[in-house]
Amino acid sequence: MNALSIRNLKKTYNNGFEALKGIDLDVRAGDFFALLGPNGAGKSTTIGIISSLVNETSGSVSIFGHDLKAERSLAKSCLGLVPQEVNFNQFDTVKSIVFNQAGYYGTPRKLALQRTEYCLKQMDLWDKRDMVSRRLSGGMKRRVMIARAMVHAPKLLILDEPTAGVDIEIRRSMWKMMQEVNEQGTTIILTTHYLEEAESLCRNIAIIDQGRIVENTDMASLLARLHVDHFILDLAESLELAPIISGYQIKRIADKVLDVAVPKEIGLNYLFNQLSAQNITVVSLKNKSNRLEQLFMDLIDTKPSEHSL
Amino acid sequence: MSYFIAFRTIVTKEIFRFIRIWPQTLLPPAITTALYFLIFGKLIGDRIGTVNGVSYMDYIVPGIILMSVISHSYANVVSSFYSTKFQRNIEELLVAPVPNWIILSGYVSGGIIRGLLVGTVVALISLLFADIDIKNIYIALSIMILTATLFSLAGFINAVLAESFDDISIIPNFVLTPLSYLGGVFYSVKMLPDIWQYISLGNPILYMINAFRYGLIGVTDVDIQLAFMMTGGFILTLTLISLFLLYKGIGIKN
Repeated sequence: MNALSIRNLKKTYNNGFEALKGIDLDVRAGDFFALLGPNGAGKSTTIGIISSLVNETSGSVSIFGHDLKAERSLAKSCLGLVPQEVNFNQFDTVKSIVFNQAGYYGTPRKLALQRTEYCLKQMDLWDKRDMVSRRLSGGMKRRVMIARAMVHAPKLLILDEPTAGVDIEIRRSMWKMMQEVNEQGTTIILTTHYLEEAESLCRNIAIIDQGRIVENTDMASLLARLHVDHFILDLAESLELAPIISGYQIKRIADKVLDVAVPKEIGLNYLFNQLSAQNITVVSLKNKSNRLEQLFMDLIDTKPSEHSL
Repeated sequence: MSYFIAFRTIVTKEIFRFIRIWPQTLLPPAITTALYFLIFGKLIGDRIGTVNGVSYMDYIVPGIILMSVISHSYANVVSSFYSTKFQRNIEELLVAPVPNWIILSGYVSGGIIRGLLVGTVVALISLLFADIDIKNIYIALSIMILTATLFSLAGFINAVLAESFDDISIIPNFVLTPLSYLGGVFYSVKMLPDIWQYISLGNPILYMINAFRYGLIGVTDVDIQLAFMMTGGFILTLTLISLFLLYKGIGIKN
């Protein structure tokens, strides 16, 4: 079953800007799905329409089989949204923000209190429950929005750049939380500018650019399209010049550091053999940059009709 | 899905909001109206004598109570809903399966409750200055509730259409306050020249104040049935306009 089905969705704003030019998208139930795209590509408009914050021009959206127009209440009951920007009352307490949201979904008081406590504890915010929300740090405010989105136990959770502007430690804890929520059966759609985040969390991916879906596949297939991986090698001893090994592009970027472009058809073993033959000892290696970022840049630089990877 | 729970959540939130800021919402009308009663009713009223057969103090009590109901029911909804828009927490409601009529009735109920609470506070203060023998409690209560409903709806529409905090103060300052003062709070329209009497009949607040005055002290310048019909007609019209605005997402959605 699809958690989300979008058919020929179009949106033209009053100023004439055509934000969506007819997109089709399916997200399977239980998936951890990345929706990526550059600024102004149509991600926020798509999410806005799914979550009833933006009126579509034409097309249809259904959530777990419930059409958003015909079965509005049922469709909305399945959805939780963590928006990009803080959008709760800054004068309310943390607890009342989450508890009231449960009320909007028709959750009975006793259950709403239990769910509020559960979600705030999961977000490590229970000890802040009586604090006025404007006094929270940026990371805490984001966690409040996640707790609020989860309080009615949605089957589909949309997170619109949930980790933007939060420090590494909080980002890692939020990743862990998102994975746990997904493992418990909640479908997650994630938009993010941290492509490393999408690569490590998501199983499937769609890339939207200029109001059109330019790629929609699983993460493994997409990454497999990369022909070259870049690695940084830390060496045991300094080198004056970069070694020359047939099939590889090697740059010396510091005394003991090399940047190597490794074609997938050759792989790493041959490289290590050749380095050993030249008495060069590799202490460690790491990916130079996020692989998805490289693909992403390729995709959005190519017109949909022209691109092929 | 229980819509009643969603409705109760909005109303409870609204009540907590205006109770939390009681120095801004409940205290000022108590002080202002006490001064009205003291200055206009006692000091000046003693020199005026009677109006339509009742003491001036008794005559102005209903108008001052209803004027407080009007301004506070309007103010509650316009400020609350606009700040909900401004802080974007209206999205909490739009994302949730809450029908438009529940959103409207929740906010309007909050306005009615604050309007009636302020009206009660002002009525209690009036007891220090006047000895009102209520003529018809049903008429008084029903017109009070209808008036609070009407101006809560008006406040809601103002908030939906407002694009800045200036926009939510224009109507109260330049429309509601003049219409209230010219609606016969402090005088009988029969005291006016004919042309001004005729013009005053175009002021809907005149009908509500007189109907309420009739319920409290049995004196009116207008037909009571007409007052109820007019108030009901305005409520129906503003309800339909509010629901249309919510349906189209005007001022709320992109």
